[in-house]
Amino acid sequence: MSDVAHRAIVEFDNVSFSLSGTNIITDLNLIVERGETLVLLGESGCGKTTTLKLVNRLFEPSAGEVRVEGKTTTSWDPIELRRRIGYVIQEGGLFPHFTIARNVGLVPALAGWEQQRIDERVRELLSLVGLDPDRFAERYPRELSGGQRQRIGVARALAADPPLLLLDEPFGALDPLTRASLQREFADVATRLGKTAILVTHDVREALILARRIGLMHKGRLLLLETPEQFLASDHPQVRAYLETLELKGDDR
Amino acid sequence: MSFWHFLQLNWSELLSLVQQHVVLVFIAILVAVVIGVPTGVLLTRYRSLRGPVLGIANVMQTIPSLALFGFLIPLPFIGGIGTRTALVALVLYSLLPIIRNTVTGILGVDPNVREAAVAMGMTSSQVLRQVELPLAMGVIVTGIRVATVIAVGVTTIAAAVGAGGLGVYIFRGLRQYDNNLLLAGALSAALLALAADFFLGLLQRQFSFEAKRSVAGSTTRKLLLAAGVLILVIGGFALWRGRATSEARVSVGSKDFTESALLAEIVAQMLEARGVPVERRFELGGNLPHEAMIAGTLDLYPEYTGTSYTAILHHTPISDPRAVYEQVKQEYAAKFNVAVSEPLGFENTFAMLVRGDDARRLNLKTISDAAPQAPQWRAGFGQDFMSRADGYPGFSKAYGLKFAEVREMDLSLTYIALSSKQVDLVAGNSTEGRIATLDLFQLADDRHYFPPYEAVYLVRQDSLMRVPALQEVMTKLANGISTDEMRRLNYEIDGNKRDPKEVVKEWIAKRGL
Repeated sequence: MSDVAHRAIVEFDNVSFSLSGTNIITDLNLIVERGETLVLLGESGCGKTTTLKLVNRLFEPSAGEVRVEGKTTTSWDPIELRRRIGYVIQEGGLFPHFTIARNVGLVPALAGWEQQRIDERVRELLSLVGLDPDRFAERYPRELSGGQRQRIGVARALAADPPLLLLDEPFGALDPLTRASLQREFADVATRLGKTAILVTHDVREALILARRIGLMHKGRLLLLETPEQFLASDHPQVRAYLETLELKGDDR
Repeated sequence: MSFWHFLQLNWSELLSLVQQHVVLVFIAILVAVVIGVPTGVLLTRYRSLRGPVLGIANVMQTIPSLALFGFLIPLPFIGGIGTRTALVALVLYSLLPIIRNTVTGILGVDPNVREAAVAMGMTSSQVLRQVELPLAMGVIVTGIRVATVIAVGVTTIAAAVGAGGLGVYIFRGLRQYDNNLLLAGALSAALLALAADFFLGLLQRQFSFEAKRSVAGSTTRKLLLAAGVLILVIGGFALWRGRATSEARVSVGSKDFTESALLAEIVAQMLEARGVPVERRFELGGNLPHEAMIAGTLDLYPEYTGTSYTAILHHTPISDPRAVYEQVKQEYAAKFNVAVSEPLGFENTFAMLVRGDDARRLNLKTISDAAPQAPQWRAGFGQDFMSRADGYPGFSKAYGLKFAEVREMDLSLTYIALSSKQVDLVAGNSTEGRIATLDLFQLADDRHYFPPYEAVYLVRQDSLMRVPALQEVMTKLANGISTDEMRRLNYEIDGNKRDPKEVVKEWIAKRGL
C-alpha cells in the first residue's frame, strides 16, 4: 500500500461526474504513476478532457474521489494545487495581451519569484522548447506561428517545475510535420525532466508515440489501460477500429 | 455683430464656460466609471442581477434630462440646484453604456484564455485584474467614449439648473434670438464632443492589444496617463475652490429671462458692494428657482406676485394688487418661511400690443376698443400664454374676442412679427424694451382680466437673519424701479446687446445705491 502511495501521483477512486443531470464520467478507477506519460485516447465527448479537469479541480467529482499526491483534490487549496500542475491546452491558451516572456513567466510570477530569477527561467525554458530567447521573449502570441505558440504553451506549463503536466490535445491544431517534430521533442523533454504527464488526444498515432500506457475511453468509461505493445495486440473492437484508421492512412501513403 | 467679433469680445467668458463644461463632464464620467465598472464586473459574476440592473440603467437613459433634473431638485443631499444635481443626473445617464460594455467586454473574453488563467493557479481577483479587465479594456473604453460624448451633450442642459457650462450660451441665445450666442455654445459643445471622441479613441487603441506593436505605444500611453492626471488635478482643484468659499455666500437665483436675471444681478452687485460674497444661480428654467429656494440651496430670487399667487399658491386670479400682495406675503411666510420684499415699483404683466399707427388710426386705447377689429386680425401668442389658465382661453372669453387666425410662436419673435405686419396683435411682456423702439402700443386691460404681476424679491427668512446686508438692500430697492426704467434696462441688453453686468453697474452708480 505504501509502495502504491509512493509511486502513485494521481488516483481516481470510483469517480463519477455529471453536469446538469448528464453523466460525463462513470466509475473511473485509474492510477497514474510518477514519471510515466499516460495518454487518454478517445473520440470527442468521451470524457477525456473532463478527466483532466478533475485533476486540477476545474471540476469536482460528483461521486468518488480524485487524489493528487495522496490528498483529495477537494482538500487541496485549489490555487496551490493548480500551481503544482502544468496545464497545456490546444493553441496554448496563451494570454494575448502578455509578451511571450510574461506568458512563460506567469506561474513563477504568481508564486512571487524575484524578477531576475524569472527572467533567467524564461530564457532557459525558451531554449528548452527550441525558441531563441532574444528573438521571441518580447513578442506577442499573435506574432507567432501555431507551432511556436504550442511550444510556448509547453514552456509555460513547465515554468515553475511542477511534478505533473496535464496536456489537452496539445498538438491537435498543427500541421502533420510540425506535429511529428513537436511530439518527438516533447517525449524527449518529458523523459529528460522526469515529469509525469497525462495527455489527452484522439490521435492514435500520437498515443502510440508518446504513451507509456494508453487508456482508451468511450462514453465516460475507461475501456482498457494497456502499454502500446499490448494495445496493438488487443482484440477489443474499439481498439481494432482505431488501428484500422492507422492502416488506412498507411495505404494512402 | 459678426461671429468673429463676438468671439473676440466674449472670449474669456466662453473659455470659462468651456472649462465648467469640461469639469462637469470629466467628474461625471469619472464617478460613472468608478461606479459602473465594478457594477459591470459584479453582473458578470451574478447572472440573475444582470437583467434588473441593466433594465434600471436603461430606464435612466430614457428619462428626458430636464425631467430628471426636476425630480432631483427636491431630494436631500443629491438634489438642489447647481453642480451637484447636474453631476448626479450626468452620472445616471453615463452609467448604462459603461456598465453594459463592461459586461459585454468581460463576457467576450475567450473562455479558453480564462480557463488557462484559472488552471495556472490565478486567484479570481488575479483572473479579473490580469486577464479579464485588460482584455475587456478596449470594449470598456468604447463604453466610456460613448458615455462621454452623450455627457457632453446632456451637460448643455445642466445650465437650466444653474450648473453653468456651454448650455448657458445656448439657452441665452435661444431666448434672445442671438445667433452668435447659439453658435458659440453649440459649436463649442460639438467641438468638445469631437475632441473627447478623438482622444478616447486614441486611448482605446492603446488598450486594444490586436493593434499594438511589440515596442511602440508605451510613450503615447505615458502621455495619455499624464494628461489624465493633469485633468484630474485641475478638476479637483476647481471643485475644492468651489467648496472652500461656499460657506458665507448668498446664493442669488433668477428665472431664465433677461429681466429676471437683471433684477438678480442688481441684488448681487449691491450685496457684493457691501462685502457679501455672492453665488449667482441665474437663468433657472420653469419652477426651479422656487423649488431650489424651498430646498434651501437658493437664498433669494426675483418673482412676480401674480405668478406666486396663481402658479405656486394655486389661487384663482383676482385683480386687486394689494390683496394679491398681502395674500402672497402671508402664505409664503406661513408655508415656506420665505419673506416677500416691498414691490419694486413696476409690473410685468401680459401686455396686449398693437402697432402704434393702428392704435392712432383706429383710436384704440383699451382691449375693449380693439374687440370689434379682432375678426379681421391675426394674433400671435407665445406658448406660455396659449397654455396657461389665465392666458388665451380665459382672456378671449373675458373680452369676447374672436380672431381671424391665432398663431402660436416663440414669445421673443412676437414683437418683430407684429411690427413687420405678420400679425396684428400680440401678447407681450409689459416691460419689454422693444415696445418703445418698435413703436408698439399697449392696450389697457380695462376689464382688469389679468392678475397683477408686481415685481418683488422672495428671500428666505433665515437668510435675512444670517446676512443683515440683505435687509438693507431690500429696503433700498423698494419702489426703486419704474416700468419705463425697466423697459430701458431690458432694451440695453436685448436690443443693444450689452453686458448685463455693466448695465447694472451703471444703473446702481447713477442711482447711488
